[in-house]
Amino acid sequence: MRADVTELPVSIPIPTGAALAAAPVNRFAHRRLRHVGELAIEVVLFAAAFSAVAVTVAIVGILVYESAAFFSHVPLVDFLTDTQWTIMFSEKHYGVAPLLAGTLVTTTVGLLLAIPVGTVTAIYLSEFAGARTREIVKPVLELLAGIPTVVYGYFALVMVTPALQFFMPELPGFNMLGPGLVIGIMIIPYVSSVAEDAMRAVPVHMREGSYAMGATRLQTALRVVVPAATSGIVAAYILGISRAIGETMVVAVAAGQQPNFTWDPREPGATITAFIVQVALGDLPHGSIEYQSIFAVGLVLVLMTLSFNLLGHLARKRFREAY
Amino acid sequence: MRMIDANTMGTPAVTSGAVPAPALKAEARALDFFYGEVQALRKIDLPVWENRVTALIGPSGCGKSTFLRCFNRMHDIGEGRNRYHGEIVFHPDGVDILHRSVDPIEVRMRIGMVFQKPNPFPKSIFENVAYGLRVRGERSRSAIADRVEAALRDASLWDEVGDRLHDMAFNLSGGQQQRLCIARALATSPELLLFDEPTSALDPNATANIEDLINRLKEKVSILIVTHNMQQAARVSDYTAFMYLGELVEFGDTNVVFTNPKKRQTEDYITGRFG
Ligand SMILES: Nc1ncnc2c1ncn2[C@@H]1O[C@H](COP(=O)(O)OP(=O)(O)O)[C@@H](O)[C@H]1O
Ligand SMILES: [Mg+2]
Repeated sequence: MRADVTELPVSIPIPTGAALAAAPVNRFAHRRLRHVGELAIEVVLFAAAFSAVAVTVAIVGILVYESAAFFSHVPLVDFLTDTQWTIMFSEKHYGVAPLLAGTLVTTTVGLLLAIPVGTVTAIYLSEFAGARTREIVKPVLELLAGIPTVVYGYFALVMVTPALQFFMPELPGFNMLGPGLVIGIMIIPYVSSVAEDAMRAVPVHMREGSYAMGATRLQTALRVVVPAATSGIVAAYILGISRAIGETMVVAVAAGQQPNFTWDPREPGATITAFIVQVALGDLPHGSIEYQSIFAVGLVLVLMTLSFNLLGHLARKRFREAY
Repeated sequence: MRMIDANTMGTPAVTSGAVPAPALKAEARALDFFYGEVQALRKIDLPVWENRVTALIGPSGCGKSTFLRCFNRMHDIGEGRNRYHGEIVFHPDGVDILHRSVDPIEVRMRIGMVFQKPNPFPKSIFENVAYGLRVRGERSRSAIADRVEAALRDASLWDEVGDRLHDMAFNLSGGQQQRLCIARALATSPELLLFDEPTSALDPNATANIEDLINRLKEKVSILIVTHNMQQAARVSDYTAFMYLGELVEFGDTNVVFTNPKKRQTEDYITGRFG
């Protein structure tokens, strides 16, 4: 690190007249002084950044370690191809498919609601709403994001499912559709606020270029602002997907906790996360196969989230704003 | 309402013999403009002649951009605290385009604008130029392709980008991006083209290209250009308007304004004795 000469302390006297002619005086502060201070700050910054990395590595390490124990009992092929997950029963099957299907179904239902509504909300707030409307709507949306997820779970169980049963009388009390929709409601604020920030970051001069061509507000929003904000909008969707995949309580409360290999959202089901709480809340002997299975499915969850984040990263690179 | 005094309006010089007298394309009449409570323009009268280049000069903050943006109602966008007073009459319609009954979108369909900083859209070169046509609901692929090519040729950009129309516009150089923005505006055949310091973000070479272009474009379109560069005003314009503190101080034939200004303020400004 080089000392910056332009930042010399001003207290150093500047020689004038006669002094200038006298013997040379070194007015440069000693380099090491600045160096020590900078180094200390650098160490602190590094430690902070490193601790996050260390925790992540530790979590993945434990997941891999305990999963390895699981896979020494259960062949990987069974885990991937068996269509039943009956680990709590006497006749055990170890197919992850039912949990994976449950996760994908609730996530998909949630996203089918949250992505359109969140995107439209973001477009409205960024391009159409006046300052006053925005001042009211944004805090309400943030409130939506602050409600504990257990509350959402009961909301799904006692309000959304009964409401759905009004239209679909055959719908069972526990199903994946209700919780899926509630997950959608839950993640709308995440999608809309990140997408809105991305749209508002589109420079005014680009919008003006569109208006000056005779475009309407809607045309400007859809044809210029949204394409210009693509990378941020993709980031919003990825955040929404990660939240939906990781969502636990809503499904655990309202979807029935029965691992059920089906793609039909009207049926009950369990997701990876719901299974993890279910099993973790019971008292399992350390080292038992049930205990180890949590880590195996947890690893699957991490891999899913990771691959979505990777996709999002690639998409962001592909659509990076260049203005 | 004050009437425009023909003698001070830079009626085309008698010396231009064979050239027919130009028609009026637009005229500002007693135009005031307010940003909320702040008055930015005061009683401006200015003619814009057809197929001529009219330059707006004046120190920074004197209201050149504000005035220019009245012509395509850009001030209508936003929270709605901006107010116009007075008229801008657009010819040959003879309609006051600032009137409440006139749709600003219609105005912008006939009056194009090129901005200070090149502002291409995050689209391909082709789609940038096609934008105005698509916004107007043009569906015919061949009609769009023809208009895009013609506009790129008019903007002297075809030779450089004709073989890579589907590249992203952001990959072009600054000067090319600005010519692309000109092509985008030309594609919809505007009657009046507004330029707000179109070369201030460009290097001298790209600037010279744009100035050449403006000189050629006036055969097709009337031009109103804001510039902070007096040499540029002298090079490209037929008429020059000098503005100061929101008022129009002097308007006339560019040669006259630059060699024999009537007002002391104008003289001080063009000789660099200003402020
Ligand atoms: N959006 C705005 N809101 C309020 N005042 C503005 C706005 N834009 C410009 N102004 C003011 O209007 C005056 C004229 O500005 P402008 O037209 O941009 O000048 P110029 O283009 O000649 O440099 C300036 O005093 C400026 O501060
Ligand atoms: Mg300006």
